Amino acid sequence: MSDRPHPFLIAVAALVYFFLMVPLVIVVGAALSDTTYLTFPPQGLSLRWFENIFEISAFRRTIVTSLQIAFLGTLIALIIGIPAAYALNRFRVELPKWLGTLFVLPILVPEIVFGFALLKSLTVGAGVPIFAALLIGHTLLVLPYVVRVISASLASFDFSIEEAAISLGSAPLKTFFTIVMPNVRAGVIAAFILAFITSLNDVSVSLFLTGPGISTLPIQILAHVEQFFDPTVASVSVLLMFLTVAVMAVVERTLGLTFLAK
Amino acid sequence: MTKRRFPRLQGATGWALSAPATLAVLGFLLVPIGAVIAGTFMDPRGVFAPYISYFNSGFRTTVLFRTLQIAALTTIISLIFGFMTAYVVSRAPGKLKSLLIIAAVFPLLTGVVVRAFAWLIILGRNGILNQTLLGLGITSEPLEMLYTQGAVIVGMVYLFVPLMVLSLVGVLENIPRDVLQASSSLGASPIATFWQVLLPLAVPGLIVGAVLVFTGSFTAYATPQLLGGERQTVLATLLHQRAMVSFDWVGASTIAAIMTVITIAIVLAMSHIARRINPMAT
Repeated sequence: MSDRPHPFLIAVAALVYFFLMVPLVIVVGAALSDTTYLTFPPQGLSLRWFENIFEISAFRRTIVTSLQIAFLGTLIALIIGIPAAYALNRFRVELPKWLGTLFVLPILVPEIVFGFALLKSLTVGAGVPIFAALLIGHTLLVLPYVVRVISASLASFDFSIEEAAISLGSAPLKTFFTIVMPNVRAGVIAAFILAFITSLNDVSVSLFLTGPGISTLPIQILAHVEQFFDPTVASVSVLLMFLTVAVMAVVERTLGLTFLAK
Repeated sequence: MTKRRFPRLQGATGWALSAPATLAVLGFLLVPIGAVIAGTFMDPRGVFAPYISYFNSGFRTTVLFRTLQIAALTTIISLIFGFMTAYVVSRAPGKLKSLLIIAAVFPLLTGVVVRAFAWLIILGRNGILNQTLLGLGITSEPLEMLYTQGAVIVGMVYLFVPLMVLSLVGVLENIPRDVLQASSSLGASPIATFWQVLLPLAVPGLIVGAVLVFTGSFTAYATPQLLGGERQTVLATLLHQRAMVSFDWVGASTIAAIMTVITIAIVLAMSHIARRINPMAT
């Protein structure tokens, strides 16, 4: 087999990429249309549907809630996930193997089942406020990504450097922040971004954890689409895509995107 | 390996550091889901009563089989196209390869609602596809494409093909080119090399990709909700409808239990198979 793939395969790959890109182009086009209905190619260019997002209070509110939840959830996941990832690598011999598997469980369990279980046990069962339940749900949703990505970057860290610092008199906590953390900075950034985007776009967990006045942007988009079929949804979608692009640009600059494919 | 002078103390530190995350997973994930599943076996009508009534309902069994069918078809289509695309990507020159990987990552990071919504614009009654077909005179009336199983599958393949491509590119890159060259220099035709060398070596990656796609499409909510509607109810949309519209907690819990058991069974079965047939396994 020669190194160059068969022309048929190249044609298929080109079609697959066409299939992947066209719908996103259409959403952007529809968002820019000056019409009151969804159409592509756009008829007349206008940004008025983008303005409309901010005129609808439900969108304003849910954008804020989504950003709050994504930021706080990711932060909490990092605070509890970094020590866990560190322990899993540093004390690999002492800790049982199943502990590593435990942190992958949230990916294994269907998200929608997880959301329903939280509704049943937290919101209905224990009377936990919706915002808190939503935050707990998102924290656990992103925890596996945090632990996995940071574990991966700790796997290549030589812990004898840390031992050397400690035996030379550096305090363990100080050593962690001055020796270990700088070496896994890229991993922490990648984990933050991956977790943030996952939380921002989540539907299945949030679905059950919304209530009067509290909802997330994707859930609000779902609700809006089922009632109105105007370009507002397209422009909100573009807004979400822009957030993703911005975030990806940061990843690309810090550590290269191929990192995400691993 | 560093010296461990106080193994017991080390273990305790390890446990202490991982305790918050461990307790969070136990308390907020395992216990709530365990409670949902356990609850289905405490029905006053009998231990398996909720399951008996689930499978006695023609509609609900149809939903289960429809969900399995959609997931299976999505997986097969994604495997075929994902494999061919991943092969081309893995053999592309450096610069183009990273561009192609970025192009596959991007849709993956775009939300599921956005991606389902895009197909709503394309497949709708006055959508782009219908307008094109009418304009070309291929049909004289707009086709009803939304709310069909086909629409759901197209939306799902769109959702999961990038995942398949990305999980296969790594595997295909790791297959040494020498092996393929050896095969062809020993006289194997490209087709024989494909079937007898490339495909068997890619099986572990194909299994990982298949598990991701199957479990993902088996439990997806937004895509079947937007593109399938009530006509194409699947387990996820039925679960939501039972819980939030009908307030049928027992019914919703039963669906949740069925989804969890099937998902975990498939992951375990496939990883068992992957371990057995992996030719590179140690």
